[in-house]
Amino acid sequence: MDVKIRIENLKASFGKHEILKGITIDVYKNMVTGFMGPSGSGKSTIISILNRMIDFEDGVKMEGRVLLDGIDIIRDVNGVELRKRVGTVFAVPIPLPRSIYENIAYGPRLNNINDKDELDQIIKEGLKKAFLWDEVKDRLNTSALKLSGGQQQRLCLARTLALRPEIILLDEPCSGLDPISTAKIEEALSELKKDYTIILVSNNTKQIARISDYSAFFYIGELIEYGHTDALFTNPKIKKTEDYISGKFG
Amino acid sequence: MRIRPSTIDKLVRIGFNAQAFFTVSILVVIITIIFFKGFTHVNLEFIFSSPEDMGRQGGIFPSIFGTILLALLSIVFATPLGLGTAIFLTEYTKESAFTKIIRFGVESLAGIPSIIYGLFGFIFFVIKLKMGWSLLSGVLTMTIMILPTIIRTSEEAIKSVPRNLRIVSYSLGATRWETVTKVVLTSAMPGILTGVMLSIGRVVGETAAVIFTMGSSLRLPTSLMDSGRTMAVHFYILAREGISMDKAYATALVLVLSITIINVFAYYIMNKVVSRYS
Amino acid sequence: MTVITFKKEQFIKFVLMAFALSSLIFLFLIFAFILIEGLPLFHKIGLKNIIFGFKWAPTKGSFGIFPMIVSSFLVTFGALVIGGPMGLSCAVYLSEYSGKKMKMLLKPALELLAGIPSVVYGFLGVIYIVPLVRNCLGGSGFSLLATAIILGIMILPTIISISFDAITSVPKNFREGSLAMGATKWQTIYKVVIPSAKSGIMAGFILGMGRAIGETMAVIMIAGNALKIPTSILDPLRTLTGNIALELSYATGDHRMGLFSTGVVLLVIIMTLNYIANFGIKKKRLK
Repeated sequence: MDVKIRIENLKASFGKHEILKGITIDVYKNMVTGFMGPSGSGKSTIISILNRMIDFEDGVKMEGRVLLDGIDIIRDVNGVELRKRVGTVFAVPIPLPRSIYENIAYGPRLNNINDKDELDQIIKEGLKKAFLWDEVKDRLNTSALKLSGGQQQRLCLARTLALRPEIILLDEPCSGLDPISTAKIEEALSELKKDYTIILVSNNTKQIARISDYSAFFYIGELIEYGHTDALFTNPKIKKTEDYISGKFG
Repeated sequence: MRIRPSTIDKLVRIGFNAQAFFTVSILVVIITIIFFKGFTHVNLEFIFSSPEDMGRQGGIFPSIFGTILLALLSIVFATPLGLGTAIFLTEYTKESAFTKIIRFGVESLAGIPSIIYGLFGFIFFVIKLKMGWSLLSGVLTMTIMILPTIIRTSEEAIKSVPRNLRIVSYSLGATRWETVTKVVLTSAMPGILTGVMLSIGRVVGETAAVIFTMGSSLRLPTSLMDSGRTMAVHFYILAREGISMDKAYATALVLVLSITIINVFAYYIMNKVVSRYS
Repeated sequence: MTVITFKKEQFIKFVLMAFALSSLIFLFLIFAFILIEGLPLFHKIGLKNIIFGFKWAPTKGSFGIFPMIVSSFLVTFGALVIGGPMGLSCAVYLSEYSGKKMKMLLKPALELLAGIPSVVYGFLGVIYIVPLVRNCLGGSGFSLLATAIILGIMILPTIISISFDAITSVPKNFREGSLAMGATKWQTIYKVVIPSAKSGIMAGFILGMGRAIGETMAVIMIAGNALKIPTSILDPLRTLTGNIALELSYATGDHRMGLFSTGVVLLVIIMTLNYIANFGIKKKRLK
């Protein structure tokens, strides 16, 4: 198992409030790694550091290292370039107010890919991998705003895939989606891990148990336990983990 | 005899209705007078020929042309400046003493009356910079005058673009400028255009700032340094000198009609914004 | 690619910042040049002689603009008397009484009213209001009264829109509380809503004042051209704005400087009014 992302003693604070208190974790290549934990545990913050969206927040101080293939992505990499390699799907589907086609073409066009045939190929590929192609293939030029919530979220996934990133981050992607849409996204993720490294943040422990290979449990800014999903869920080593998984708090 | 509060309430309601009616009727009266007194004298010849005998005869083509040139050129200068300022204030900085000072400057410019703009344009462009009474002097003065409006409306339009759209754009690897041009401005365009249209309307109706900078030559302006008249200036001179009632009404009609069309257009664009986000 | 993008972004930010600074530069230029042309006369003739002088005869060395200052204020006050109550009640109507249909009719109507150029107002004032005043009340018709009427109509849109904003921002529970205690709608309005919206409404009035004092074209067409302080509402007058507009095209030397001095006084008055009004509006928003 190769290590794709190595986080070493990552600390983050906003003013006096410590959000992350020293996280050390290895995320493996071509696996789905699940981050779980109650609100305020810092999982979303780690995501926003991984995609450098945290740059847009003021007053955040960070310490420690985050290495992507050995390169420090906090200090040694340009945020814009990084986000072409790290794709993100957010909790709320956010389609751009344009056609389905142009939504997915947005990323590639930023990279000066404007040739119609090439774009057609990329868009078809992205939609297929997001399990959305069959439903929209005849109306690619209609507004993305007309899709249902589940479809829009799969669109967002396809949009991210169009950039051919190495890493896909998903922050509570299925919150508010119906079970069928959720199942479709989970199916897509299980297929995608063959080519991508995926980190899935979720409050839904059952979802984590369903589709992640490795799971990490975070609690108020600390990594409590991390391990192979099956092992962690059947035999959690730390009491807090067990309490969380069994629903004693959340 | 004490009147019951509920009776007063009813009377007040009637009073207010009458009040509103009265206000609308003022507008109706104004538009009706101008229309009826003016339309008999407005024809194709009026619009396309030049004034003769100081405006007693002939048409107002040079003024129409002058108005169009002044308005368009002012917009050409003011829109990039104003839009750029709005983008800077909303997308490129956070609120700070610096932005507050700039906003203070914009608000102050907005409060300056047009005669002062006329005075300034006169001394600065016409006299000191030796541009004389010219289209150029007029354009530069009007550019500054409409700048605050463009900045304000653009800022509002940009601010009303949902934050989420920016997040998406950045997360797909776009730079700040790419996000601004490809996502923010495309969504904010209707609001921005509304501001532009309203500013055009203002230039068309302006007199005090124009007459002392662009002058009042009757000839057709063919270069930037030529003086010329706008419809408003021509109308003012016709009225002041008592040259021709008929021509004055006709000019007023064309003037008011132009501004009305521009405003209606601005509203049409604005409503497109509402329907897009509802 | 990385370095180029970063440099390009820095360049763009720099250009945009320059654009933003242009507003300050323009403001500075305007104040600077008006003051440069206007202040010297204050030194030469004396501040008191200009602001409190009664005689305006610039070619003979008299630069007294006191009558014009008074006239400007009188005309503004008159405009407020006429336009204020009408505007405020229209605003109340719009926010409290009108249905959707009336709103959709009234709002564009007000925008159109605001869009009509001041020269057109002046023209119509000369043709219709001036003879009306002359025939009903006497005098030449070119009067304080006629000017106040036209200016009152012209500042209606300003007063209505700002008062409307102030009234609609009064929280709903204020109204509901009053109604729950048995007050009628009208009682609620004049006892609760308007007092709460007071500072916003006043700001609207002050802004309307600023508009009226700065108005030029309509005023010079209707107010007549008398250099004395008007003693009745039927007397003609000349305002500060009128002073500048009527003589700028042929004034030279000290005469022209006198017009700039008039401009300085006008600018000070209007900017003061605007700042007071904006301060009032911002206070209301913070609440």
